[in-house]
Amino acid sequence: MVPLNYYLILSAIVFAIGVVGVLIRRNLIVVLMSIELMLNAVNLTFIAFARQLGSMAGQVAVFFVLSVAAAEAVIGLAIIISVFRHRRTLDPQEMQLLKW
Amino acid sequence: MNAATVIFFILASLLVISSLMVVFLRRVVHCAIALVTALLLMAILFVSLQAPMVGVLQVMVYAGAIMVLFLFVIMFLNPSALEQPSAAWWGLAVVLSALLGACLVPLFSHYEPGDNPVTSTELFGSPEVLAKSLFGEFVLPFEIASVLLLVAIVGAVVLAKREHASDGAA
Amino acid sequence: MIVDIAIIAVKAFLVLFMVLNLAGVLGWVERKGSALIQDRIGANRASIFGFAGMGLVNTLVADPLKFLTKEDFIPPAGDKLLHTLAPCMALFPALVTFAVIPFGDVLILGDRVINLQVANINVGILYVFAMGSLGVYGIVIGAWASNNKFSLLGGVRGSAQMISYEVAMGLSVIGVLMVYGTLDLQEIARDQGVLIREMLPAGLAFLRPVIGWLPAWGVFLQPLAFLLFFTSAVAETKRIPFDLPEGESELVAGYHVEYSGGKFLMFFAGEFAEVVTAAGLVTTLFFGGWQVPYLMRDGFHFPWSSTWLLPHLTVVVLQVVAFTLKVFFFCWLQILLRWSVPRFRYDQVMRLGWKMMLPLALLNVAVTAVIIVAAQ
Repeated sequence: MVPLNYYLILSAIVFAIGVVGVLIRRNLIVVLMSIELMLNAVNLTFIAFARQLGSMAGQVAVFFVLSVAAAEAVIGLAIIISVFRHRRTLDPQEMQLLKW
Repeated sequence: MNAATVIFFILASLLVISSLMVVFLRRVVHCAIALVTALLLMAILFVSLQAPMVGVLQVMVYAGAIMVLFLFVIMFLNPSALEQPSAAWWGLAVVLSALLGACLVPLFSHYEPGDNPVTSTELFGSPEVLAKSLFGEFVLPFEIASVLLLVAIVGAVVLAKREHASDGAA
Repeated sequence: MIVDIAIIAVKAFLVLFMVLNLAGVLGWVERKGSALIQDRIGANRASIFGFAGMGLVNTLVADPLKFLTKEDFIPPAGDKLLHTLAPCMALFPALVTFAVIPFGDVLILGDRVINLQVANINVGILYVFAMGSLGVYGIVIGAWASNNKFSLLGGVRGSAQMISYEVAMGLSVIGVLMVYGTLDLQEIARDQGVLIREMLPAGLAFLRPVIGWLPAWGVFLQPLAFLLFFTSAVAETKRIPFDLPEGESELVAGYHVEYSGGKFLMFFAGEFAEVVTAAGLVTTLFFGGWQVPYLMRDGFHFPWSSTWLLPHLTVVVLQVVAFTLKVFFFCWLQILLRWSVPRFRYDQVMRLGWKMMLPLALLNVAVTAVIIVAAQ
């Protein structure tokens, strides 16, 4: 039986890697993929705790995170497509019109 | 150091490597394939954590449908210009994320489980128990999630629709 | 512990061996069978010392040798890593799906009960669909890595077709799940040994002499689901009549136009492995899997109340042979279908998947639900 801490540490590492991706990549699609990575790290934490506490609520939470992540990925990609059509670039640095 | 721990360490190292590949590879398609690999490894971890239903759902939904959508968009948009990595930003971001990792990891290492995991029945994580929870205790979030997915479908179709040349008369 | 692992390894090896060999033999059946259907002779030129063996030497010896010794060409502007990875991604799901298909009941050796299924997963059917959804990647990546417009077009068409028919396939199986009440394929195969007359509710007792003597196979209880599932499975394997992604006359072999040699052989073998997998699934879900009608674990129990007891090993052999024959039949049926039916146009394929099969599958689920609730 693998101790719970190992799963939590793994989840923290994957989450931190996802944060790196969001911060440094200058391609919107890769940023979206790093967000998915962060969501997956959180899913791992939920499942690990669900097993630890013997409660199904963790797995149901992951079920909902899965569906919400699907919806978010779909809308995010639709936004990326429409932005690309107008600006012909996927670089977040180019999309600073709303900055003060 | 029994077999379960060895398998966990193999899976964990592969997962970390594929996550790093998602973030650090230059070509977007390679990043997408690395993310698919990371999702598959996650699903294997889920199955080893007595959540077979969620693990298989993860492969079916996440790795099988969402990532295909990502690949479609990548292929259609075809971002051919490789981005110019700026060393200063990369360095700062890596430092900040290492800081985040360094804060989270000790936090989780000191978690005291208390006692052994609650002895779960063989049905834990099986479709029957998941369905009972989902349609019993969590039926309201379930219905809201279906509305959410409908909204997402409609929104995506509207957002991604190509604008036709509008006729003169409004 | 070691013995358990060894048993699983032997089962996995046997299943892989059978699937890959069957994929090869199907190549021969395709060439000779199509020749029979089209009233010609077919491939018979390659021979060893004058022995041509009805085209067996040609298809099973000459063709693989030719494929394996051809030049391995990667398009210069294509993506080298992905070009090599795509055939593996196409072949892998087709083989791995067979891990949950049961090819027999149990084999009792001494005090060890061996379940004749490589992996007994309690979410068997979902695992099958998960692996099916992974099959899209071989197409998409293969099309992208070829750096060729025809290839890309074929790949996009192929993946759109596959994800559309995955939906119809999944929904059509829900009716079967509702009837048998389990996701485990071995349990579904076992439950199909019951005679219908024991499943009939009291209200329908007048049907007993009519259909009560039939075993409760999926095709008798869910005929519409069988048709929908079989059509979707053929569409998933991208064989004619759903062949447009690799349309030989339209798209110059579509997404695998830039592949030659061993990689093309992997795509080719992957397609035939998918045929075998589709046949195995149809057999398990709708035709009783390894069930021989009226054969229980100790022998035949005929509905007219006579029995014929058989030793355990005979029963096991009969069941495995029955499974193999049923899989052969459905493979042959798919090959016959290929050479008899013209190809669908792409918009017809999409319309069929979304506008006809999806509502029919939902209707099937609704009607099954009503019948199950009314029968209680």
